[in-house]
Amino acid sequence: MAFYLRGTNVPHRKNTLNKPVVRIPCPKTVTIPMSMHIGKQSIPTVKVGDLVKVGTKIGEADGYISANTYSSVSGKVVKLDEYLMYSGTTSTAVVIEADGEMTLDDSLKAPVINDNKDLVAAIKDAGIVGLGGAGFPTHVKFDVDPSRIEYLIINGAECEPHVTSDSVTMMTRADDMAYALSSLNRYLGIEKVIIGIENNKKDAILNMKEMAQSLTNFSVEVKTLPSLYPQGGEKVLVYHTTGRVIPTNKLPIDVGCVVINCTTLATIGSYLKTGIPLVEKCVTVDGGAVKNPQNVIAPIGTAVGDLFDFCGGLCEEPEKLIYGGPMMGITFPNTDSPVLKNTNAVLALTKKEAKLPKTTACIRCGACTNTCPFGLAPASISKAYDNKDIEALKELSVDTCMECGCCSFVCPANRPLVQKNKLAKELLRQEKMKGESK
Amino acid sequence: MSSLTKLTISPHIHSGRSTAGIMRDVIIALLPVSVAGVLIFGLRALAVIAVCVISCVGFEALFNLITKKDQTIGDFSAVLTGLLLALNLPANIPLWQCVIGALFAIIVVKCLFGGIGHNLVNPAITARVFMLVAFGSMAVAAFPVDTVAGATPLSAEKMPTLITLFLGNYGGAIGETCTLALIIGGVYLLVRKVITWHIPVVFILTVFVFSFFYKGFDAVSALSLVMSGGLFIGAIFMATDYVTSPATAWGKVIFAVGAGVLTCLIRYYGTYPEGVSFAILFMNILTPYISKWTKHKVFGTQEAVK
Repeated sequence: MAFYLRGTNVPHRKNTLNKPVVRIPCPKTVTIPMSMHIGKQSIPTVKVGDLVKVGTKIGEADGYISANTYSSVSGKVVKLDEYLMYSGTTSTAVVIEADGEMTLDDSLKAPVINDNKDLVAAIKDAGIVGLGGAGFPTHVKFDVDPSRIEYLIINGAECEPHVTSDSVTMMTRADDMAYALSSLNRYLGIEKVIIGIENNKKDAILNMKEMAQSLTNFSVEVKTLPSLYPQGGEKVLVYHTTGRVIPTNKLPIDVGCVVINCTTLATIGSYLKTGIPLVEKCVTVDGGAVKNPQNVIAPIGTAVGDLFDFCGGLCEEPEKLIYGGPMMGITFPNTDSPVLKNTNAVLALTKKEAKLPKTTACIRCGACTNTCPFGLAPASISKAYDNKDIEALKELSVDTCMECGCCSFVCPANRPLVQKNKLAKELLRQEKMKGESK
Repeated sequence: MSSLTKLTISPHIHSGRSTAGIMRDVIIALLPVSVAGVLIFGLRALAVIAVCVISCVGFEALFNLITKKDQTIGDFSAVLTGLLLALNLPANIPLWQCVIGALFAIIVVKCLFGGIGHNLVNPAITARVFMLVAFGSMAVAAFPVDTVAGATPLSAEKMPTLITLFLGNYGGAIGETCTLALIIGGVYLLVRKVITWHIPVVFILTVFVFSFFYKGFDAVSALSLVMSGGLFIGAIFMATDYVTSPATAWGKVIFAVGAGVLTCLIRYYGTYPEGVSFAILFMNILTPYISKWTKHKVFGTQEAVK
């Protein structure tokens, strides 16, 4: 690559990287929301009193951009409840009392695949969504004319502090990943695969290189990238692996690329092998308030509190609970909240860790624009947003913002820059809707 | 239901860089030249520094108090303005003039425009220029002081040697003579990533090249001209002020070339012996336009690379 996009050095804090991955014992109950993805929430297919097993479908995808939901334990449905999601919206959640047996549903079997349509259908059936955090239904990405896909890019960058669950996937699930890659090669004709990994994950890189060598029918390249946040941002990764620029408001497929997270890939592989849909997640449990941080494999729907208890409990009252990493993760209000499909980490930050400096006046130092991977001018965007200047916001191309948070992170005045960017994007969206309804 | 934790929008962590930290770093970077100034010009220099710093902080505190604004002296920017102002004044300047200069820098240039981050021009530089205009030669032409005899070299017939210019043992403003100490401070700022190399290097280089031609391709004379007057303190500490200089690399380069050329034009063809302050002041005013011309290209808004 001729040059790398800008970014910022965030602390690594990969405390859990070299610790063994442990499976949590079956929790007493799981709470499985019908909305763990981008798109329409799935429609519950069970009622209170129904007996379910691991892999029993409990929610049917509602339309194209949606995903199936499966029970992650065996037991009895005890409640169908309106559940307040971290996003502030509500979703129906199925609460299942586990019998502790973890019996697999008898109907589960490896899907039969003959062509690209079958493969896309299988990925949809498995309820697989983007597991890096976004939760975008994965089948949609592959449901294109296969000739359009020139590169498959596997996101193993994992640039957020604390989070190591993707690294663990790359270190322990190479066989699942290889199986998925072979199928994608066979049925979608994908010839070129690039796995992008930050250079602070040596073991993952070694393991992936070994896997790449074992796949001889097509090209698999492991690309070591500098540890510079946000290396795992989709557009950043595509640029750094292929040199291609994804235009604003366009998708990777528009430049011939499909990007999926490495854990998503592994999940596709295990489904194709066994027919067991997405029912469990490897979750990094970390943060200063957690006594024994580690990666835990947990059934989807497990209460975060159960994870903390399993990791030795909390050594102090956490100030913030976060799904995902501290740069882009989303806070949630209490430890009853469940592990979702797209949960790659849960963090319990102490008061000290979560302390942010006071916001003061902008000193026009330019740190925000000089750290923005896309060359945006966050301070100017903030000003334009405060003035509700729609034209200026368009001119400043705020829609390009991926909300990585570098600007706010480096701002010496700790101004809410990325936060204003988000508001500005929302403002433009509303203006556009107003314009369309006229 | 367990107790509720705090909900906020990401990011949830911060780099730890702060305005106060940056100002503190610049003050630290100015310590070598301040010490050199006191060693060269005596305790009178220390008095000038003390009066400038105390008045600047005092005026800002007073302004915030009267206008019922949040107190901002904790960000050390007033300390820095005071220190920079003092270092740009000769050691024998009447102390009451220092107080007037501080008043002008803090109240007129900074606070009345909205405080830190809102001033259009650099407060210390503007105050220096104001004093030059208001009090005549007092503020710019250093009068011979007890320890060092001699006029400010730019107007002198005979230039001091390069070594003297480098070490600073000659007449001038308190903080502008010791090139060595200024370079040490500049390197510290670069290492601490407070400034980038663009403005100081390009500014000084521009003046060197211009002087080289002006002096008939005489490198030694050009070098003496570069090391005398307020060029180093201006290029390293005043022109790099965030608020009043462009943020992008190309913006900085344009700013610095402009300041360098103007400095030489004023020095060699103007009526004032020194042009650094005027040049920076002028480029400060142009900064919003330079920033506009040199904005980063936004990724993905050009033609897609296929």
